[in-house]
Amino acid sequence: MADLALTAASASAAPATCARPRHSAVVRITHWLTTIAFLTLLVTGVEILISHPRFYWGETGNVNTPALFKIPIPASRHSFPTGYGYVLPDQNGWSRYLHFEAAWLAVLTGLLYVLYGVFSGHFRRNLLPAGADFSWRRLSSAIGQHLRFKPPSAEESWSYNLLQRIAYLVVIFVLFPLVIWTGLAMSPAVASAFPGAVTAFGGQQSARTLHFFISIFLLLFLVVHIVMVSLAGFWSRVRAMITGRPAVEERSGS
Amino acid sequence: MSNFSRRKLITAGLVTAAGAGGVAAAAKLAQRYGLIPPDSSGFFGPGETLTYAAQRLLTRHSLAREFAPSQISPRPFANLVEPFSEKFQRLQKGAFAGWRLAVDGMVARPAAFSVDQIKRFPQRRQITHLACEEGWSYIAEWIGVPLSHILDVVGTSPQARYVVYRSMEPETWESIDMADALHPQTLVTYGMNGGELPVEFGGPLRLRVPRQLGYKSVKFITSLTVTDDLKRFGEGLGSASPEDGYAWYAGI
Repeated sequence: MADLALTAASASAAPATCARPRHSAVVRITHWLTTIAFLTLLVTGVEILISHPRFYWGETGNVNTPALFKIPIPASRHSFPTGYGYVLPDQNGWSRYLHFEAAWLAVLTGLLYVLYGVFSGHFRRNLLPAGADFSWRRLSSAIGQHLRFKPPSAEESWSYNLLQRIAYLVVIFVLFPLVIWTGLAMSPAVASAFPGAVTAFGGQQSARTLHFFISIFLLLFLVVHIVMVSLAGFWSRVRAMITGRPAVEERSGS
Repeated sequence: MSNFSRRKLITAGLVTAAGAGGVAAAAKLAQRYGLIPPDSSGFFGPGETLTYAAQRLLTRHSLAREFAPSQISPRPFANLVEPFSEKFQRLQKGAFAGWRLAVDGMVARPAAFSVDQIKRFPQRRQITHLACEEGWSYIAEWIGVPLSHILDVVGTSPQARYVVYRSMEPETWESIDMADALHPQTLVTYGMNGGELPVEFGGPLRLRVPRQLGYKSVKFITSLTVTDDLKRFGEGLGSASPEDGYAWYAGI
C-alpha cells in the first residue's frame, strides 16, 4: 500500500520530459572541474600579472620601451617602477606552478568534454541552435526578454535558449581555445617547435596582451553567467548542475 | 547480486587494475626516457611533469626562433643584479683575465678555461628572444661557443644526464638536461650585439638557454658539473629555483 502511494506520487511529480537528468554526469563533472581550474587560473594569473603590470604589442617589451597600456597598480617586483613607493608581496613562484597545473586540468577536462559533446550528441542536441531558431527575429526577441529581465518559463529550465546557446558556443569554441593558444604562444619551448603559433598573433608580447584580454572576456562571461543563474533561481540551477535535477517544485510546472 | 551487476563489478575491477598498471608502466617509461623533472614531487608535481614530458616529446630538437638584425631591441633591459662582490670587482679590474670556467663531474678531462680560451673555440652568433618570467622581454644578438663543444672538449661521459652550472653570485645555480645542454643554440656567451657582453647582462660569461625563460640563462658563470643524478646537488630538486619555489624546467 505504501509502495503504491510512493509510486503514484513520484509518477505525478516527474513528467515524461524529466526522465533524463537536466545535465548528464559528464557535463556536471566537467563543469565543476572547469570551475576549479578557471578560478585557480584567474587568481594565479592576477598574481603573475602584478609582477609586471604593463602590456606591449609585437615580439618584445620591457620597462625601457613604450607600453601599449599599463595597469595603475603597485607591482610585486623591485625591477618595476610604478611610482607607488612600495612593492607588493611576491608570490610568483607557487602562482606559476599552480597556474600551469590548473591549465592542464582545464585542457584535459576540456578535451574530455569536447569528445563527449561530439560523440554523445550533447553539442548537436543542447548547444547548436536549431535552424528555425536562428533568425534575427528570434534573436531580437530573446535579447528583448533578457533586457526586460523576464524570468525564464519552466519549460526553459529544461533547455537552453538561443542567447545561452550562442554564449556557451563562443566560450567553448572561441574563448577557451584562444586563451590556451595565447598562453602556449608565450612559451619559448612551444615557440621553438611551432613558431607560426606565435607569429600568427604578431609576437610573444602580443600573445601576452591577448591572453589578458581573453581572460577578461572569460571573467565577464562568468559574471553574466552567475547573474543569469541567480535570476533564474540560483539554488535550483546549482542543484541541477550538481545532482542533475532542478528543485522538485519546478518539475510539477512543466 | 545479479549477474549483470557482478559482471559490471568485475569489469570495473579489471579497468581499475589496467589503469593502475598503465600509470605504473607509463611512470617507468617516463623515468627511462627522462620525462620526469627533478621537482616532480609534491602538489605541483603532476602539472610540472605533464609540462616537461609533453615539451620534451614535442620540442627535443626544435630550434629557438632566430630574428633579423633589424629586430634587435634597441633598449634591452638588464634586470637588477646584486651589488658586485669584492672578488668580482677585483676580477673586473683585471679585465677578467683571472676568470675561470671550471668543468668537472662525469668528464674524462676536467678543465678550467679562461675567457680567452673560450673565445678561441668555434664561435656561434644568434639573434634570439629572452623572456623573463615577470613578463618582459627583449631580442639581442648573443655571441659564444656552443656548450656542446665544451662538453666535447672535456670528454663528457655517455651516461651524463644533466649539466649543473653555477654563478659568481652566491646561491645562484641551475641545471639543464642533455637535450638542452647538447642543443646547438645553448651557448656559453661572452659577446652581445656585436660587442663584449656587458656585466649587467651577465659578462664576462653567461650561459644562454634560449628555449627556456631568462632565469635559466645564469649570469657570471664560474663552473659546470656534468652528472647523471641531480639528487646530489643542493636539496636535490635540480637547482636553486625550486628551492625558492620556482619551476626547475622553464620552457613553460
